Parts: sequence; structure tokens; C-alpha cells
Amino acid sequence: MLRIECPWCGPRDEPEFRWGGEVPIVRPGPPELVSDEVWGEYLFLRGNPKGFVRERWQHVFGCRQWFVVLRNTVTHEIPAIARMTDPVPRSEPT
Amino acid sequence: MRGSRLWVNRPSMSVTRPRVATGRFSALAIARNAFSFHENWPQLWRTPEPQARYDVIIVGGGGHGLATAYYLAKEHGIRKVAVIEKGWLGGGNTGRNTTVVRSNYFYPESAHFYDFSLRLYEGLSRELGFNVMLSQRGQLTLAHSRHQLEMLARWATALELNGIDGELLGAAEAREWLPLLNQTPEGRYPVWGALLQRRAGIARHDAVAWGYARAADALGVDLIQNCEVVGFLQEGERVVGVETTKGQIRAPKVGIAVAGHSSVLAMKAGFRLPVTSFALQAFVTEPLKPVLNCVVLSMATGVYLSQSDKGELVIGGGLDLYPSYAQRGNLPTLQSVVEGLLELFPCFSRLRLMRQWAGIVDVVHDSTPIIDRAPVRGLYLNCGWGTGGFKAIPGGGFVFAHLLATDQPHALAEGFTLARFVSGALIDEASASGIAH
Repeated sequence: MLRIECPWCGPRDEPEFRWGGEVPIVRPGPPELVSDEVWGEYLFLRGNPKGFVRERWQHVFGCRQWFVVLRNTVTHEIPAIARMTDPVPRSEPT
Repeated sequence: MRGSRLWVNRPSMSVTRPRVATGRFSALAIARNAFSFHENWPQLWRTPEPQARYDVIIVGGGGHGLATAYYLAKEHGIRKVAVIEKGWLGGGNTGRNTTVVRSNYFYPESAHFYDFSLRLYEGLSRELGFNVMLSQRGQLTLAHSRHQLEMLARWATALELNGIDGELLGAAEAREWLPLLNQTPEGRYPVWGALLQRRAGIARHDAVAWGYARAADALGVDLIQNCEVVGFLQEGERVVGVETTKGQIRAPKVGIAVAGHSSVLAMKAGFRLPVTSFALQAFVTEPLKPVLNCVVLSMATGVYLSQSDKGELVIGGGLDLYPSYAQRGNLPTLQSVVEGLLELFPCFSRLRLMRQWAGIVDVVHDSTPIIDRAPVRGLYLNCGWGTGGFKAIPGGGFVFAHLLATDQPHALAEGFTLARFVSGALIDEASASGIAH
């Protein structure tokens, strides 16, 4: 059971949240100048790392805000959490 | 009838070829070995040290990697092959799945491929001389509302159009198949009907790995265990071999069949894949007398189960919905699977769960595999099976061997490309089959 500390609501259990994918992923544009390859990369290609990853989570059954989490995909430890407007946590903890 | 009558261009394939067992196993051999307390049985396969070079290296000693090696040797005469496995053979997802085999997919490309794989399963024990314990006891997919029943009707029609066996059952017939189903009027998930594939069933997962391993080894393939690939040898833009914990091994062609670790290896070769790795949990209960004689999947809860020959209920459900490489999964998913199971089969509340574990599955957006050349020359990919790789082991190995041997996609795998993520030609089995794949 993951315990995630929502920046607004405090520590809550895993079922209250929804995972929202890796960050940062920048939408390419303007659309008329984006090739199919670049668009396909944006939609589908991911790092999917074994180890530390930065990802978005949403507190679905609480404040419904999105925030950024630094998590290890092997140990599930979460060394850092930041609001979407904060600097993104480093991909490896210091 | 079986799938053949609606096929126009049927690719040639050898499906059932009787193969005499190597003679090591027989009632006489059992009697003879009893005198030495069964401690002198010959090894099923050699444990060679890796050679300096091969014609093909396959990274990943699970079902797909081993089947690929077997078909490379058997179908294409390419025997100077090494299968490199970081752990033990079949220790990854091949040893962790819920053993279901079926071919009731939706789109023609999927239907034909998975049915080819199922037909290979039907002849596999004979072909490998190893009992994979295929039991085609049937699979029921349950509908719990009018809308789900309409989905099943659409699905049944697709099966018929693709020449795959499938029947739509009404509520009464479904309940006959499943006498322990919750049939009270207050039940949360009443059964409205079911889709039945009679040729679906289960097979013994370890036996599939071991059968292919032994057969490949007998044809000269080197199976190298406890040997992890830590990098790729490259000359310019080409992969020419692998860097492993047992040294460098060269080959002009390297095929990757590592399921949930596909992105890890791709990263070592400098590219990304449209893959996310999730934990898929599975559970077994204590053994009990026969209570379930088919595979059953509930569309409402995503729970599916069967009863093994040892009497244990083998249960699976949905993914833990965040990326993980830990082969365990977490409590909330376990809880929701058990809740779904007990709502369908209330009497199972008395059972104890003996074991729980997870595999790491490589999920792609359309739940259709990738059998293709990698963006780096010399490297080939067999991945993207997500939660559905076990049923595809024979077919996946067969078409991957074809790609490795000929550099051309097999006709059955033409749509399973990386390019579809650019062109948009996705084969959307995730929504088509109605399950979070």
C-alpha cells in the first residue's frame, strides 16, 4: 500500500490517487508543423525506467489536484513530492 | 468449426508434427531409476559456458525466447543460437502467469495470430515430447448487464467472421457451467449471459518453458542462465553483440524477448519504446475438490479464475495501475480482486490464499504486440504482450524466429510493428476484447 503525501491534504493511502504518467512531457507544436514521427513519440514513447521516475499523480478522492512525485519503480519509495508549479524534483535523490 | 474455412491466404505453417520423445522418459526408465533413488536422471538441458559468437542471440529465457530459439533451429535450421537469461529459465512472467490459453480476440490480425498460437498449443506436447498439460476445458466470459451482453454478441459475431470458435450462452446455460455462481436476486453482479470458447483452457506454464528449453537444447541451442545483458556491443550504428556478466558475446542478430524489461534494454541501446511496465498480480488458493471445470472471466469485476489440476484456484484480476518493476503488486488491487471474486462466488470466502505474486508486464496502448526490428540495426524486438503473453508463446516464438531468420515479418505478424505508433494503425484489442489487457 503506497502512502502518498498530497501537498494539500497530507499523507493518504494509495486508493485515493490516480497515476498520471511520466513528467515532463512537452506537447509539440504548432500542430501543422509536427511530423507524424514527433507526434507518435509524444503520444507513445516513454522512458519507463527501472528505478527513479518523475510522474504525475492526482488526488482523485480528495482535493483532485495534480502534483509531481519522485518515485522508485522497484522499491516504491517516494523521496520527494512537489506541486505542479514547483521545480521538478531531481530524477535521482541527492 | 476450427478456423480454416474463412481463410483465403493461409500462410504455410507446420502445426502438428509427431515427434518421438527422446526415449529418456518411460515407465521402464522410472523403474530403472528407482534403484538409484531417482538421483541419476539425465539433465533436461546442458549448461554450457557462452561461446564467443553465435549466429543469433536471444535475450530472455522465458517462453517467448525459448520458443524463438526452438523455431529458429527447427524451422530455419539456425542452430548456432544462444538464449541469454539473467535468472533461471521461465523465472519471469512465464512462471508467473495464470496459465490461460485462448484465441477469442476481436480484430482479424489478432484472431488469426492467437488462433495459430492455440493450434500450436494443441500439438505442442507431441511436438516437444513433453507434456505441457493442455486442458481445453473452455473459457466463459460473463456479461452482467444488457450492455455487456450486446458487447458479447458483437464479439461473438467477430469470432464467427474470423473463423474462431465461439458461442453466445444465455443466463441459464452460463449458470449450468458455473453452479457455484452467486445466483441470489440480491447479487451485485447477476449473470445475463456468457461468451464461450470451447477450445480455450489452461496449460502448465513451467512445462511450456521446459519443453521448449529441452527441445531447443537438443537441437544445439546454448541456454545460458544467470547471465545478465548489461549493454550492447555496437560498431557504428549497428548492434553486433551483447555485453554480459559473463563477458562479451557477439552475433550479427540480437533478439530481445524480455517482456516488462523491454524498456530497460531499449534504453541501453539508445531508444525508447511505447511500453509501460506494470505489476500484474496472481493468487492461488489452498487445494480443493473439483469446483470449477472451465476458465471464467467476469467483465464487471475483471476477475478471472480456473482450477488447476492440483485443485488450487488460480485467480487474476486487473493491473496495479502505476509502473512497477517489483514482482509483487500491492494490497489495494489484491483487495479489489478478492472482493470481485467473492461477490461472484460467495462460498470461496472460506478459502485461504496460499500464494500471491506478480509479473512485470509490458503494456502498450492498443494491447497488441510488437514483433519488429528495433530502431537500431541488428536488434529485433518481441514485446508489448502486456497481460496476454502466455497464450502467445508458441505463435510469438514462431513469428519472431521467422523475422530473425528472414528479416521479413511473418504474414501473421505484419501488423505488429513499431511503425503503427506513428501511422496510427493501432489494433485496439484493449477496448475490443472488453478487458483491461
